[in-house]
Amino acid sequence: MNWLRELARRLNMLLHRRQFDADLEEEMRLHLDLRQQQQIDRGAAPDDARAAARRKFGNVGSLREISHTAWGWEWLEQTAQDIRYAARMLRKSPGFAFVAIATMALGVGATTAIFSLVDATLLHPLPYPHPEQLVRIEDDLPGAGATDAGISIPEFHDLQRSGIFQYVVLEIFGSANLTGTSQPSRMQYAGVTPAYFAMLGVKPELGQTFDPKDQTPGFTLDVVISDGLWKRAFGSDPHVVGRSLRGDNDLYRVIGVMPPGFHDPGRTTDERNTEQWAALGFSDDPAQSPLRSARFPLETVARLKPGLTIAAAQSQLDALVAALQEQFPDAYPAGSKWTVRLVPLKENLVGNVRQSLILLLGAVALVLVIGCVNVANLLLARASARSREMAVRQAMGAARKRLVRQLLTESLLLSLMGGVAGLVIVFCLKGFLLRLIPESLPRLNNLSINWTVMLIALAASIAAGIIFGLAPAMQAGRLDLANTLHTEGRGSKGSAEQTRTRRALVVTEFALSLVLMVAAGLLLRSFWDLYNAPLGFNPQRVMSVQLWLPSPNDPKTDAYGTAAQEAVFARELLRRSRLLPGVQEAALGAEPSIPLHHERNRSALTVEGRQIQDTQIPLVERSQVTPEYFHLLAIPLLRGRLFNNADNETAPQVAVINQAMAETYWPGEDPLGKRVKLGEGRPGVGQRPTKNWITIVGVIPDARTESLANATVPQIYLSLYQETPKELAIFLRGDLNASAMPERVRAMVQSIDPELPVYGAQTLNGAVTASMEQRRFSMDIVAAFAVTALLLAALGIYGVISYIVSERTRDIGIRLALGAQRATIMGMVLRQGLGLAAAGAALGLAGSVIVSHLMAGLLYGVSPTDLITFAGVTLVLAAVALAACYLPARRAMRVDPIVALRYD
Amino acid sequence: MPRGDALQRDEIPPGTLYLLILKSLARSGEMHGYEIADSIQRVSNDVLQVEEGSLYPALQRMLIKGWVIAKWGTTAGNRRARYYQLTAAGRKQLAVEMSQFERVIGAITRVIEAV
Repeated sequence: MNWLRELARRLNMLLHRRQFDADLEEEMRLHLDLRQQQQIDRGAAPDDARAAARRKFGNVGSLREISHTAWGWEWLEQTAQDIRYAARMLRKSPGFAFVAIATMALGVGATTAIFSLVDATLLHPLPYPHPEQLVRIEDDLPGAGATDAGISIPEFHDLQRSGIFQYVVLEIFGSANLTGTSQPSRMQYAGVTPAYFAMLGVKPELGQTFDPKDQTPGFTLDVVISDGLWKRAFGSDPHVVGRSLRGDNDLYRVIGVMPPGFHDPGRTTDERNTEQWAALGFSDDPAQSPLRSARFPLETVARLKPGLTIAAAQSQLDALVAALQEQFPDAYPAGSKWTVRLVPLKENLVGNVRQSLILLLGAVALVLVIGCVNVANLLLARASARSREMAVRQAMGAARKRLVRQLLTESLLLSLMGGVAGLVIVFCLKGFLLRLIPESLPRLNNLSINWTVMLIALAASIAAGIIFGLAPAMQAGRLDLANTLHTEGRGSKGSAEQTRTRRALVVTEFALSLVLMVAAGLLLRSFWDLYNAPLGFNPQRVMSVQLWLPSPNDPKTDAYGTAAQEAVFARELLRRSRLLPGVQEAALGAEPSIPLHHERNRSALTVEGRQIQDTQIPLVERSQVTPEYFHLLAIPLLRGRLFNNADNETAPQVAVINQAMAETYWPGEDPLGKRVKLGEGRPGVGQRPTKNWITIVGVIPDARTESLANATVPQIYLSLYQETPKELAIFLRGDLNASAMPERVRAMVQSIDPELPVYGAQTLNGAVTASMEQRRFSMDIVAAFAVTALLLAALGIYGVISYIVSERTRDIGIRLALGAQRATIMGMVLRQGLGLAAAGAALGLAGSVIVSHLMAGLLYGVSPTDLITFAGVTLVLAAVALAACYLPARRAMRVDPIVALRYD
Repeated sequence: MPRGDALQRDEIPPGTLYLLILKSLARSGEMHGYEIADSIQRVSNDVLQVEEGSLYPALQRMLIKGWVIAKWGTTAGNRRARYYQLTAAGRKQLAVEMSQFERVIGAITRVIEAV
C-alpha cells in the first residue's frame, strides 16, 4: 500500500505543479535572504553577503529543477512540451500538415472500413454465444456419389445419444404464403426440432421459444416469429403472443418473437432471412417406423459439448459411425462408404467470400503502407529543410535522444490526427458505405465500428506514425553538426543518405502500387470477360415476377392439389398476363427457370437402358416451363422441337435438354427420342425416380441461365402442364414500366385468387447485374485502391524529382553555362525519374506474380500471369511516372544559368 | 526516480544527507530549510559543509517517501516558511539509516584499527 500512497503524493504534486514551483521558489528565497542577513549581521557589505549566500547555496536554477524532477513527472511534461511544439510546427506549415493528415485519414479510414467488414463477416461471423461449438453435420455417401445426402431419423437419435453434442437439431426450410394480414406475402419459414433456440443460445424478445425437451410428434402449430415479421405482419403489437397467422391457409399460433438481428445461420440468403420457426417433432409421425436408409433432406446443426474440439468430436463420431456400420450392415453397405463430417458452422458463411475479403484487406493494407511511405517522404523533405534548426538545437544542448523523441512525437501526432480524421470520415460515410456492400455478401451481423475496430484503427495509426516517422527521426539523430552549421544560411542541403532513403521510398511506393494495379487489372479483365460473355438468352425488356401456390397441410383446403387444377390456373394466368399494358409476350416457369436465380433444383437422372453406376449418380438441373418460354428469352432450337400446347397433362411427358446435357450423356449420339426418369426430392440415396419415362424431343444451345461463369451446366426442361411446380415465375417481355409492373401483376394475380402473394419482381437485366455484384464490389474497391496508390506514388516521385532538381539547380546552371543542351538536361532529369519507376516496376512485377497466383480463385477467363494486364499496368505506371517527372524536368530545363550561379 | 547528481558534489557521502536531516528533525521537532542547514552546521561545529541548496531536492525526495511532512508557518521575523516534521515512517527510516551508518562506520573503524 506504500507505493499507492506515494503515487497519490506524486499525483497531488502533478496536479498542483504551479503551486509547487512557487512554494519551492519562496522557500529557497527565504533561505538565501536569511543567510544574507546573517552575513550582514556579521559585518559584510550587502553585495558580498548576497554573493556569499549564493555560493553557499549552490546553483539555484539547477537545484530547483532537480527538486522538481524528483517527483518523476518530467517525461510527461516533456511529452506535453513535445506535443505543444509539434502542434506549433504543424500550424506553421498547414499545407504539409493537411496533405500528411489527409493521406493518413484516407489510409486509416479505408483500413477501418474494410476491417469492420472483415470483422463482421470473417472474424465474428456467428452472432451466437460460443460460436466455436456450433457445427453442421453432413452425411456423405461417396460410394454412391452423394455428398451432404441428408439424414435418417434413427441417425438423428444416434447423434443425440452420442454424448458428443449438447444439442442436435434438424432443420428444414421452405416458404409459405402469409395471409390474413393486410397484403398476402411470402414468408420464409423453418421447421426445426425443439432444441433449436436452446442450441443457438438466443432468448426471445417476447414470449417464449420451444421447450428443448418437447417430445410432441409431427408439426406443432406453435410458431416463433422474427422481429421483422412481428413488425411487418403485426405492427409491433406488444401483445402478439397468442395471436395467430395463416401460412399456406394453415392457422399457426405465435408463442414468441425473436430479438432484432437474430438470424438463422442458413446457407442461403433466403434461409438466413427466415421469419417463422415451427417446431418439428421426429419422435413419431411423420417418421413412422423410421428406416435408417430413408434419408430426409434436412439440415443438421449441433452444439458440441463444452471443451470438445471439432477434431476430437470428429474422431468420436468416426468411431460411432464404424460401430453403427457393424451393427446395421444392411442399412450401410460397405460400397456406399458412409461417413459423417463435422463442418464449423461459420464455414458456409465465410467459405465463399474469404478470398475476396482477404484480397480487400491486403489491398487496403498496401494503400496504408503507400500512404505511410508518402508521408515519410514528405517528412524527410521537411527534415532536410529543418536540419539547420535541429543542428542549432543540438548545439544548444538538446540531447539527440530528445530530438529523435520530439520528431517521433510530431509524426505520431500527425498519424493520430489522420487516424481520428479517418474514423470520423468512416462514421459520417457509414450509411453510404453500407449501401456499397452487396446484398449477397453472407453476413448475419450488422456492421459496426466496435471497440475491436477502433483499436485496430488506433494501432494502425500508431504503427503508421512510427513507420513513417522513424526514417526522418533517425536521420536527425545522426546529423553532422559541424557540417550542417557550416553550410550557409539556407540550410537545405540534404545528405546523400537522405536522398538515398527517399529514392528507396519511391521505389517501394511504385512496387506496391504496381502490385495493386495488377490485382485490379486482373479483376477488371475477369469482370469484363464475364460482362461480355454471350449470355445465350436475351434479358432485354424482360421482367420476371414470382408467386407461390399454397400447399396446406389439409388437402381439403388445397385449391391447386392436382396437375389439372393447376393447369387451369396456369392457362388463366397466362391469358391475363398477355393483357397487361405493354406486354408482348408472356410465359410461365418454375422458380429455377428464372435465369441466374440462386434457387437450383438438381435431380438424379436415370437413362433408359443404361445401368446406374454405383460411383456416380448423374445430376441435372431441372425446371418446368410453358412453350412460350424459349421464344420469350430468345433461346433458339438446335434440333428436334420445342414444347407446344399439345404437351399437356394428358399427353405423354416430353423434355427439352440443353447441349451440355446432350454432350454429357449422349456423346456422339442423337439424344432425340431417348427416354429418361428424374429423381423426386433431394438427390442422393432415397430419391425415387418419376413413375413414367420422359421422352427427349428437343435440344437447345447452352445458355448462361444457371451461372454467368459457367455455360455448360447440364439442364433439362419439362412441360409445365405435365409437371406442375408450386413456385411459379411469370415472364413478361415488352415495353414494360418496371416500377408500375409489380403492382399490376399483383392486382392481376389476385383478381384470380386474392390469397396469392406476388413477390420477387425484377428485370432480367437487373438480375444479370446483381449476379455480378460481389465480383463488381471487390473489383471496384481494389480498383479504387489501385488508383489511389498510383496517385500517391505519382506524388511521391514528383516530390523526389523536384527535390533533386532544386538540389542540383547550381549544377544544372553550370552545365547550361558550359553549353549543355536544354533537352539533354531534361532527358537527364526524366531518366532519373524513370530509373526509379523501373526499379519499382521490377520489384512490383515479382510481387504481382505471387499475389496474382494467390488470387487465382477470384479470376474468370484470365490467367494469373496475363501478359496484357501485366504489360498494360507497367505501361500505365511508366506513363504516370513520366508525367509526374515532367514538371520538375521542365523546371530544370528552364533554369537560368545566371540566376542559378548567383543562387548561393 | 531519485537522482544523485547534486549530492555527489557534496563533501558528505550521498545518502548521509538524509540521515543528517532526519536526525536534526528528530532532535528539534519542526524546522524550515534554513534552520536545518544551520542546525547541521552548528551541531557539527562547522565541520560538515553542506551545499545548502541540496537540502531542498533531498527534502522533496523525503516528502515523496513520506518520511517528512511539510506545512507552512511563520518565522520569528514574520515571514512565511515551510516547516518540516518527521512522520512515523521517518522515525523508522532514521533508525534504519542509523544502524546502517553504524555498521559502515564500525567496519571502517575495524579496518583502520587492525594491526
